[in-house]
Amino acid sequence: MATKVTMEALSPTMEEGRLVKWLKNEGDAVAKGDVLAEVETDKAVMELVARGAGVLRARLAAEGDTRPVGELLAVIAEKDENIDAIVKKAPAAAPAGPAAPAVPAVPASSPSSASSTVVPPAPVSTPPSHPNGGGRARSSPLARRLASARGLDLGTLQGSGPGGRIIRRDIEAAASTELSGAPTPAAARAAAPVVRAAGDSEDVPLTQIRKTIARRLAESNGPIPTFFLTADFDLTSVRELRARMIAMGDEFKVSYNDILLKAIATALSQHPEVNAHWLGDSIRRHYRVHLGMAVAVEDGLITPIIADADTKRISEIARESRELAKRARERKLTPEEYTGATCTVSNLGMFGIDEFTAIINPPEVAIFAVGAVADVPVVVDGALAVRTRVRITMSCDHRAVDGATGARFMQTLRRLIENPLMLVF
Amino acid sequence: MAIVTYRDALNQALREEMQRDDRVFLMGEEVGVYQGAYKVSKGLLQEFGEMRVVDTPITELGFAGVGVGAAMVGLRPVIEFMTWNFALLALDQVVNSAAKMLSMSGGQFNIPIVFRGPNGAALQLSAQHSQAWESWLAHIPGLKVVAPGTPYDAKGLLKTAIRDDNPVMFLEGEMLYNIKGEVPEGEYTIPLGKAQVKREGDHVTIISYGKMINVAQQAADLLAKDGIRAEVIDLLTLRPIDSETIAASVRKTNRAVVVEEGWEICGIGAQVVDYVQRDCFDDLDAPVLRVHQADVPMPYAKNLERAAKPDALKTVAAVRQVLYLE
Repeated sequence: MATKVTMEALSPTMEEGRLVKWLKNEGDAVAKGDVLAEVETDKAVMELVARGAGVLRARLAAEGDTRPVGELLAVIAEKDENIDAIVKKAPAAAPAGPAAPAVPAVPASSPSSASSTVVPPAPVSTPPSHPNGGGRARSSPLARRLASARGLDLGTLQGSGPGGRIIRRDIEAAASTELSGAPTPAAARAAAPVVRAAGDSEDVPLTQIRKTIARRLAESNGPIPTFFLTADFDLTSVRELRARMIAMGDEFKVSYNDILLKAIATALSQHPEVNAHWLGDSIRRHYRVHLGMAVAVEDGLITPIIADADTKRISEIARESRELAKRARERKLTPEEYTGATCTVSNLGMFGIDEFTAIINPPEVAIFAVGAVADVPVVVDGALAVRTRVRITMSCDHRAVDGATGARFMQTLRRLIENPLMLVF
Repeated sequence: MAIVTYRDALNQALREEMQRDDRVFLMGEEVGVYQGAYKVSKGLLQEFGEMRVVDTPITELGFAGVGVGAAMVGLRPVIEFMTWNFALLALDQVVNSAAKMLSMSGGQFNIPIVFRGPNGAALQLSAQHSQAWESWLAHIPGLKVVAPGTPYDAKGLLKTAIRDDNPVMFLEGEMLYNIKGEVPEGEYTIPLGKAQVKREGDHVTIISYGKMINVAQQAADLLAKDGIRAEVIDLLTLRPIDSETIAASVRKTNRAVVVEEGWEICGIGAQVVDYVQRDCFDDLDAPVLRVHQADVPMPYAKNLERAAKPDALKTVAAVRQVLYLE
């Protein structure tokens, strides 16, 4: 009995995935549970696991290909089992299939015909062997309605629901492959006008994470009326506290950033109006502080979360933030580890940035941009002195946070940062 | 807005309606001198006197019948059951007198009465005192059934229930009396028969009511951490059920989970599922699932009671199943 390997929904929001790397070759023996490939979802690289045993007979996607959820990627079967019918039905193979006569030989130029001439592959002479074993294909009512609207034959589809039930995602996957199988892209490519020399430029395809960042941040900078509050904080006491902690041993070694994370989390716990989400018709104040921390990764950024950061000791925050940052760079975070932040902190101090403004990650209503910790000349009691300072800028969503609200938050933050013993009591 | 307990929101509604209409009176066990077994009627005896805040003996069938009679001659009684678990004895008056009088008298006698009290389980009250009666009551033509889960809804709905010209069963909860929520200062009412979208989402619809609306909200919070956006619908009124609001949501999300406190068989959730299959057949991408009490008399042991009750984690599991994530 052949097992179809499809692009699986590896995160709740995943609609398509990029096949990063095959870990099995055609002809390899495969046991149930073996890792077949690595797949990049919208945020993380995850493992695609075999759901059946046998021999990996066919790989139908190349490394680097992006495929919608539900699409066939490979076939696992007995060594000598005939898998032609399955492979033929694979969307990638469809354009070369027997459907050709139904499609005009000349690429359709009018956009309307491009969508309306999409037809299901011509029926093969043997009845489709869908898992329902003859008769009608099991499918949800919604899937039947969508299939009928798009002119898809349910008998040609593979259901990914329980017992092979065809559900919405199967219809959507089939519809999107049919569209991409249409001949128009070739025509469009031929029409590209300017001849360019190689090396003039490079077209870098968008990775999943890049797409997500673009979508989220465009969402942010448009409709969110943002204002910024910047303040200088004196770190003299923090420096002393940190020095004393380091003197106690390696396990107490914490960074300035760890202490600032703790201070911001503590201040947030006292200001739920800032530790909030904008929901369109209401503002949700959070009474637990799940602090997101922006981490730069190879091709973007991700914000893993320190859950209940306000109740954790600074040494715990230090350990957790190190671990999360490491796993973020390895793209090993699970979705629970980077969704559900109540507020976020970004720090570019290590790049020598004195101060900057960060873009709010909706539905959060504020974000904190931490600059470089530096010794600077300041006036203390009328005399020039050298002090360790850091500059923090708070971006506020004015729909939820007013100037005075933000300013009061910064006052609390100053009290905590400049009297850091308050953080350990 | 003032933060008020569910208990005090009910107290405000009773006081305001008794001030507004001198035909309204409260009757039940311990409602007067003792100020209410759960202090819902606190201060009412002092303000309105013994004619309008009436302590009764432990005679549920008797005082329910006195209430129906009073309603027939033009008063607007509010009958408090110390809990709906004790009201079982009074159901003859509720079902055979209150519910049917309008029809059987050819429209001559309407019964403007409210029967109210805590419904369902509290903590470790065991099999006989942990029962959710809403599906029994909602089964009867002639009754309206209301089950608010927040202070705001409790006040607005009780005022509407008292003004209604027909019998309204008003289901509260011992575990609800202490919960707090925003209640506006001024006068407001909430219509019967209208559900409320308590939280918007587009991945799945969670339908619930009463105490369980808070469980549904907790589940939605947990789901949000996984990026799942649940729409939460509070039925508020269980007879008549607002099937239009349910259908509009399920047409958007294509999947639904119903959370209720009572047992599975013939429960409110069964009725909701019936509306969904009738109104949204072509929109469903998965069977509708239900979360409910286990099909046993409520156990006394703490661990077994917890296992028998519906909760947020069971709701999350059902949602993941209708999303094909399990």
